[in-house]
Parts: sequence; structure tokens; C-alpha cells
Amino acid sequence: MSDQGPFYQRDRSWHPPAFTPQYKTSILRSPQYPLLSLDNTISEMTGPTFGHNKLGPLDNDLIRNFAKTGDPIGQRIIVYGRVLDENARAVPGALVEFWQANAGGRYRHKKETYLAAIDPNFGGCGRAITDEEGRYWFRTIKPGAYPWPNGVNDWRPAHIHFSVFGHAFAQRMITQMYFEGDPMIWQCPIVSTIPDKKAIEQLIAALDRESTLPMDALAYKFDIVLRGRRSTMFENRMEGN
Amino acid sequence: MVQKLDRLKESPSQTAGPYVHIGATPNWVEITGVWNEDLGLVLVGPETKGERIVVQGRIFDGSGTPLKDALVEIWQADAQGLYNSPQEKRGKADPHFTGWGRQPTDGTTGEYRFETIKPGRVPYKDGRLMAPHITFWIVARGINMGLHTRMYFGDEEAANAECPVLARIEHKVRVPTLIASRSEEKGMPTYTFDIRLQGEKETVFFDI
Repeated sequence: MSDQGPFYQRDRSWHPPAFTPQYKTSILRSPQYPLLSLDNTISEMTGPTFGHNKLGPLDNDLIRNFAKTGDPIGQRIIVYGRVLDENARAVPGALVEFWQANAGGRYRHKKETYLAAIDPNFGGCGRAITDEEGRYWFRTIKPGAYPWPNGVNDWRPAHIHFSVFGHAFAQRMITQMYFEGDPMIWQCPIVSTIPDKKAIEQLIAALDRESTLPMDALAYKFDIVLRGRRSTMFENRMEGN
Repeated sequence: MVQKLDRLKESPSQTAGPYVHIGATPNWVEITGVWNEDLGLVLVGPETKGERIVVQGRIFDGSGTPLKDALVEIWQADAQGLYNSPQEKRGKADPHFTGWGRQPTDGTTGEYRFETIKPGRVPYKDGRLMAPHITFWIVARGINMGLHTRMYFGDEEAANAECPVLARIEHKVRVPTLIASRSEEKGMPTYTFDIRLQGEKETVFFDI
């Protein structure tokens, strides 16, 4: 493969625009001038790498990595998937970080004030590095939905935040994973910042009965797609796509 | 019907939210014992080559209020202008400098601060040299998709004047939004780079 060219132009109609008034915080935090379009330079086509040696054995086990007195309360789940690029090729060695609320919808954060209880055995953060086939997986409890200050009665659907590093800073992304079958997805002012229903569906993890651990944990599959690179077919190399 | 291209769509972005620190800098929000230290806190060690500098600033919303819940990442070349990345094909970068940093903005003052080195110059795609710069990526509650920008150095007037990227900015009045001023603080060269999300002095953000 030709891992050489600049990245495909981002499809900004697929992503949420900056200014989305139904999500009130975006109103004062959205740039209003046009972005400066810049075909990638070396500064964007390079990016940091993170070795597997950075990780500890419990980094992808949110059930155990903060536990003090026992397991956290909640539905035990496994989340797994692949990190791919837009050319449908695996992205190995990608650092994937994830964070979430506990089963009651409460985050462990000093600025969080929701009245649901903190779980003494749940921190809510984890990370993994994709293997040669772009695969990652982790174990956690299913996060709860929670209310948030936007409208007087807005709720977030259950979700897990994801941060992903590919091979280049141009691929850097943060997104959220939702759960199949959750009716609250379609009532959320943050989800609805994404204009295209098919794009929203790309963020909904599928319940995968075949990957469940019997008598233990449900499984959800969540693939993540990073930007792909142009081929260099008529430049220095002729390796095709 | 025609043949299918079989390409995938990039996963759509969603805001990092107010609690991005839980995942990115857990120790900073007192989630301790999960991993030893937050990634990206330290860029420079005793063996790193190059001039030690501090880069600091704040991020202002459209009302002029600093963001106290943002996360800032930087990515830069080493002192020779090489990136510490497998994608860097021009040579081997300083092994004692990762080039990547990550800091939250302070929960009270909104300030971010990096201790790093001044990067060397890197070529544009046509071979002309760009002025020394640091790439910034900003995420926060209310930002639906991470914002890319660059910081340039106020004491690099000649290089800035010939930088092919700065030259692409149509409204020249906006160029200074990317240029950090240099001062001395506690004996360290310090560059202050404030970022404005909106308003007359809105920072130039990039669609890369």
C-alpha cells in the first residue's frame, strides 16, 4: 500500500458544523470565519506514536482498573472493534482512549454535580493500542443516561467517549459511541449536531450476541474510521491502492 | 449502476464534553492509580536538543471568557525541523523529544502551559521552508470537532514573512492571530499564544 499521499479532504457535511444552537455551549465556542484550507504538509502528515509498553495490564479493564473494594455496579459489557481508514485498511498501533459515566450516569470529575451516586469502584477511564489488524477491545460496565444543563430537561443517551490517534495528526479525532436500540439517541441535542442520520448510525455500536461471554458480559461492536490517504500512483511509487 | 468505490466514511466527530480530562488526563482530575502519569505532560528531558521555551496562553469564547474546561494538544518538529514519527521520511528526529504535548486549561484561570523547545523549520510541499511553528489541536465542551491551528514565533519576522502557509491567508489583518509574542519569565523565553474562538480577532483555524 502507498502510505504516502496527503489525506482525503474531510467531508464536513458528514461531521457536525461548529455552530449548532440546539447545543447551547456551541454558540459562543464556534469559529465564524471560514477555515483556511491547507493541503497537508509534513506537519499534518506526521503524528506521535505510543508503544504498547506504555500500557498497563488493566488499562483496558474498567471493571478492575479502579476497583477498591469489589466490582463496580452495573451491566458488564465488552466493547470491541477495529480502527480502519477510509480505504478500509486496518490502522495498527493506534492509541484509543475511552472515558464514561458510571452505571448511574455519574462521572468521576471534580466539576460534576449530578446527584446520582459515585461508584467507589469505578474510575471511568481506559485505553488500548490497536493490534496488527487494527483491533482493540475493553471491558467495562454500561454507562447510564444522565441529565445535563442545556434545556431544562435534556438528557444524554448512554455513551462512551473515544479519542483516537492514527498515524498522522491529520487523523486526530474525538467522538462518542452510542448503544443499539436506545431511543434517547434521537432526542439528544448533541447527537443531533450531526446532520445526517446515516452518520449518526455510524456511531451506534451493535449488540453482538456471538461475542458475548455467556453468564458474564454482553458485547458491543464499534468500528472507528479515520481519514484515508491519497495514493501516489503516478508519483514515485506504483503500488496501487 | 456503476462499480462501487468501497470507501468508508470517516467516523463523525462529537464534542469531547466537559469531562475530557477523565480520559485524557485522569491524574489531573484525581483519578489516580489507574496509570502512573498522564500522557503528554512532559516533552523535554535533560538530553533534548534545542532552546528551552515556555508556551502559554488562554482560549477565549465569543464573550471574552477564557475556557476552563478545554484540552490543548501540540505537535511540533524537533530543533532540526524533524518530526519524531514513523511518517517522517527525511531523517531521524531527536530521540529525546516526542514533539507531542497535552495539557488541560486551568480550571480557575483558563491558562495552559507547555515547557518545550523551539522547533526548527520544516519544508512546505513544494520545498520552500515554512516558518517555525507548533500545531495546536483544541477540544472542549461546545466544540463539535477539534480545532486545528498553528502558533508562529514573534521573533521570527523574516521566516514568517516568507512562510508559504502564512502567505495563503487572504486577509492579512488576521495573520497576527497566529503569532505569539516573546517575553522572559523567570529566566525562560516565554511565548504567549492566546486563541480566540470568535470575534474581530478570531484565530485563523485550519481545514487540513
